[in-house]
Amino acid sequence: TCLSEGKGYHFPPCHIVNICGFRVLIDCPLDLSALAVFSPLPTVISNLFDEKTSNDGGQCSSNSESVRQEVAESFDSKSLIQAEPWYKTVKSLQLWSVHSLDVVLISSPTGMLGLPFLTRNKDFRAKIYATEAASRLGELLMEDLVSMHMEFRQFYGPEEFGCPQWMAWEKLELLPMALKDIVLGSEGTELCGWMSIYSAADIKGCMEKVQSVKYAEEACYNGSLTIKALSSGLEIGACNWNILSPRGSISYLSGSVFASTTATGFDYKALKGSDILLYSDFTDCNDVDSEKNNFPLATGGCSYSSDIGSCSETIIESWIDSSEYTREMETVSSICSCALETISDGGSVLIAIGRPGVMLQLLEDMSLSLDSSNLKVPIYLVSSVAEELLAFSNIIPECLSSQRQERFYSKPGPLFTHVQLSNEKKLLVSPAIHSSKFLTSWQEPCIVFCPHWSLRLGPVVHLLQRWCQDPNSLLLMEEGYDINLAFLPFKPMSMKYGLCSFISGMKLRKVIPLLKILQPKHVLVPESLRPHISCCNPNFSVCYFSENETVIMPKLKSYADMDIAMDSDSKEKEEQYIAKLKGELLVEQGKHRLVLENKLVLSLQVKGRVDLDSLLTALQKMGMKVTAEHAQSTDGPENVSIVYISEPKEALIEITPTRTMISVADETTSSLVSEAVRSTLVCF
Amino acid sequence: MPIDCLVLGAGQEVGKSCVVVTINGKRIMFDCGMHMGYMDHNKYPDFSRISKTRDFNKELSCIIITHFHQDHIGALPYFTEVCGYNGPIYMTYPTKALAPLMLEDNRNVMLGRGEKEQFTSEQIMECMKKVIAVDLKQTVLVDNDLQIRAYYAGHVLGAAMFYAKVGDAAMVYTGDYNMTADRHLGAAQIDRLQLDLVITESTYATTTRDSKYVREREFLKAVHNCVASGGKVLIPAFALGRAQEICMLLDDYWERMNLNVPIYLSAVRSFDRSMINAPGPCVLFATPGMLTGGFSLEVFKQWAPCEQNLIALPGYCVAGTVGRKLMSAKTPAIINVDKNTQIDVRCQIHRLSFSAHTDDKGIMDLVRFLSPKHVILVHGEKTNMAKLKEKIESDLGILCFYPANNESVPIPSTLYIKADVSKSFLKSSLSPNFKFLKTISRADADERAKSSVQVYDDRVAEGALIMQKNPKFVHQNELMVSLGAENHEVLVAYCCPVCVSDELKDVAPSPGENMPPVLDKRSLVHLLYTKLSNDFQDVTIQNDGDHLQIKSFTVSPCLKEMCPHRIQVNPDCTSKAVNFCCTWSMEDEKLAWGVVSIMKDLELKTG
Repeated sequence: TCLSEGKGYHFPPCHIVNICGFRVLIDCPLDLSALAVFSPLPTVISNLFDEKTSNDGGQCSSNSESVRQEVAESFDSKSLIQAEPWYKTVKSLQLWSVHSLDVVLISSPTGMLGLPFLTRNKDFRAKIYATEAASRLGELLMEDLVSMHMEFRQFYGPEEFGCPQWMAWEKLELLPMALKDIVLGSEGTELCGWMSIYSAADIKGCMEKVQSVKYAEEACYNGSLTIKALSSGLEIGACNWNILSPRGSISYLSGSVFASTTATGFDYKALKGSDILLYSDFTDCNDVDSEKNNFPLATGGCSYSSDIGSCSETIIESWIDSSEYTREMETVSSICSCALETISDGGSVLIAIGRPGVMLQLLEDMSLSLDSSNLKVPIYLVSSVAEELLAFSNIIPECLSSQRQERFYSKPGPLFTHVQLSNEKKLLVSPAIHSSKFLTSWQEPCIVFCPHWSLRLGPVVHLLQRWCQDPNSLLLMEEGYDINLAFLPFKPMSMKYGLCSFISGMKLRKVIPLLKILQPKHVLVPESLRPHISCCNPNFSVCYFSENETVIMPKLKSYADMDIAMDSDSKEKEEQYIAKLKGELLVEQGKHRLVLENKLVLSLQVKGRVDLDSLLTALQKMGMKVTAEHAQSTDGPENVSIVYISEPKEALIEITPTRTMISVADETTSSLVSEAVRSTLVCF
Repeated sequence: MPIDCLVLGAGQEVGKSCVVVTINGKRIMFDCGMHMGYMDHNKYPDFSRISKTRDFNKELSCIIITHFHQDHIGALPYFTEVCGYNGPIYMTYPTKALAPLMLEDNRNVMLGRGEKEQFTSEQIMECMKKVIAVDLKQTVLVDNDLQIRAYYAGHVLGAAMFYAKVGDAAMVYTGDYNMTADRHLGAAQIDRLQLDLVITESTYATTTRDSKYVREREFLKAVHNCVASGGKVLIPAFALGRAQEICMLLDDYWERMNLNVPIYLSAVRSFDRSMINAPGPCVLFATPGMLTGGFSLEVFKQWAPCEQNLIALPGYCVAGTVGRKLMSAKTPAIINVDKNTQIDVRCQIHRLSFSAHTDDKGIMDLVRFLSPKHVILVHGEKTNMAKLKEKIESDLGILCFYPANNESVPIPSTLYIKADVSKSFLKSSLSPNFKFLKTISRADADERAKSSVQVYDDRVAEGALIMQKNPKFVHQNELMVSLGAENHEVLVAYCCPVCVSDELKDVAPSPGENMPPVLDKRSLVHLLYTKLSNDFQDVTIQNDGDHLQIKSFTVSPCLKEMCPHRIQVNPDCTSKAVNFCCTWSMEDEKLAWGVVSIMKDLELKTG
């Protein structure tokens, strides 16, 4: 089941997969872009006063009427909800009972932001798997979120009991359309997805439940599921998952980048040959509309790539690698040059980019380009977890790109240069904007990296309020969000702004060749990709899924796999044989294993019919005197043949289609006769 | 043979670890070490045994280095750069980061000893470029068949045990490991694996170390006494590993005892050569360990003649090194450092067993935990290995070998038949199969009977394997269906006359009738049951009144006059015989005839 398609990088998709009776939840994100409906904290005193009054007055009916009038007009900053923000989770996840989840897989740091909502529930008993780096980065992001939220709490006072006022129906009705859409969703059902923030203790409790794994480590759940994280290249610690069960394997392909500048590259080879591939890279699906014009081009790409698919893999590899890496590097360098321009104009640069990997890369390149152009401008990094983030980034060589690792080994030094930078006082790290150290060292123009990219939380708000009137300054943020809404509280804005897009998944034209390399038996792709996928005829079956709809995959195998331990000396060469075995059955590493107790291979049962003539000749060969007669059996309609043996000893054989009865009196004759019978039958 | 283990180094000795294992056609070289005790060609493993043509790229699938000690990595640049191996080399991230430093250090030491240069610094860097770093527990597919995985081994920073699997055959090479956690490193950790072979080190094959606390206290006392009397303490140790451990220990102690005698770590705090003879006590860590040359030997030469000084030797010293000579020496002694130099050693010598190697208990624990089918011991001394082998074979019942250098050991491996399993088989064998055994024990004291029920969960899986192109494993009941065949039963029958004693006859016959005596069926069956259960105590006999059943053998009294299965009529006992009709299926032939022969000789009595 797909619960949510997500929105790009910051709101990854969320799925529930049912494998072998185990319910696996993949990712549990928060839709932080929905924070835009809330008003940021005011900082200027006069402003504060205004806000205060209107906030207080918000309870009076007179005020609400005036607000209603505003609804008709285009909305302005006042119409934003002025309250302690709540957070929007995946709505449909609420419909699942928490205790029915067995496993939670986290594929990226942003994919675990909603996790404390689950884990603080007493019924939660699932095991959470995440890569070491993802869980650490996720923890940092969550802590940052909570500490930024504290500012709101200080302003609005302690949390109200029950539903906040803005959630009351009459208040919601007053919201302008654009906001209402975000709050309620297009069908007006998403209100239940809103939750108030979790506490630091919730995060701690959540982190205790996370079992961190390393890339390509085989973790085993309950003996029957083997779970493996494989790097996806999207972000430090981000991964795709490979789940191996006795009844087949499933690969989960999240947004993946073939060659990233910071994180380890996409380990797509390890996903090869799985039974089901769940393709959940929605990057292009969300852009489908914008790419409509390019559609012929995309199909052109398809035919082009299908040619390549037949060629050797290495060609694809090189083709895949180069383009993305260079594109990413270009983006970074263009950001740097934009920033430089601003600086030389005397303005300051505010960078609100929420991706740790990109941020670290930018930090480094920015300082390099500053050096090369001989500008002495301080770089600030303001975040409650900045220090931890920088420290952590230098001890995880296994999660970083090969280029970066190369640098580490060729001349022993840190993985990132920011240690050096902060030693040289070029980079100043501060936990908060109001710390005294920060204030004393403050000088403009400068470059500031700070959260949060929604422009509603954290230090970015204060700085934005300071600079939004300054036409020389530059705000850099990510593409893909409602800019109008984001800038609303800061209007009128004379500040320049730059939108930059970073790769957050695969390009459509790469998907099909990739799927061809991976050779899965079944592929699950989002419905929106249908026109793209169906234009080429792949050699695997394709199913389409859409939000909130369960796709039932055909049974992979009616039989499960089992390994039977055998000593190499008892190897049988026969083409076909049947043996009865007895032993102990173990379930281990997603496999059944039978450990034999006895090596006896007994022939126990026979099939087929006794052919009378061949039996007679066989008996005669043994030197027996035989006579045969047909008779109608007394107690049934079956044909009975009776063979009398008179020499050397007396014996009688009664044969029916399903049974042979040998009546003998001594052992030797009996074994001879049964040997003869056996030879004419197929035994096993 | 699926696994073939060729020991090129560290067989019945310590130094130049190098084992080449062939698993189902894939060849892996575990470690590529150098012997610290030799200066000639003996210090490298004999690589020519891998390939006569010296085409190592074709012969070896990969090289795995467990950690950065010279006796595990020392020959690697030589092998890759001089012998021309270009294939993949795997080691952990810390090992990769530290290895070039250690190799460079060692190269300088060797040059200092006046040895011929075997490889240059550039060659070390070139060699390191070929290395692929792996993370602990990361499963790496070297090629389609061979997968390897590293496990934490303790010992030194970055040390790992390696698991390798090709097809169905799997093995673990431990490298050096430590089973008890110390100050800066944890104990080795590994999963329970299905293994055919474990190759383990056995440096301390027979020593069970006493508690760490006692050892540490002794060491600290010795050091304290020395510095208190104004002596200098030399601790020859490798820059990484023991040095850190002892440093942490000393630091703790210094703080507790409020000492301010300087501690120098020759690699970290610059210790000028002029300070060697500076007055006043001090503690100095100097590389290399084992006093094989370089700075530690230089200092040793200066400090050894003075009685106040102390040389503390942590860990193991390879045979042939100055360190080894010191260990066995009793001061004062004359020690030959090299051909021309003799040193009159008068200082105190403290032998520290601070080794990061596991002791015999640790080895036994690991082997017991992994319980492989075979064990090979390397990296130890011959006599000790022999004792450990005895112990492993007798205590654990695992076959154990300790080949010498250049010997190879073939090892059979398990084969798995990959089969599809039917659902009903799994269900039947996974569902608990409880057996209740009632045991009644009488307590003597109060003569009150206590009864208890013991519950056994015997989940024995029984099924049939159908070998064909895709092997299938099914439940017995499904067999016929899955084969699409009808069962054809083959039964053997015999109506066996059994003598019945006269007294029984007297009781049994119905009075006033001349007909053959009609005996009570049930009592006959019961009589037979008691008789048979005496004779066949190892098989279970079921008695359900009308007939008895032993496996497929059934016997019941036959009262028909003309039984088709009654072949021979024994004339002399017909009168007093009762016929029992027996049927059985072919596989129980032996048993059946055994029963029949007893029945023939039987005389049923009431008694």
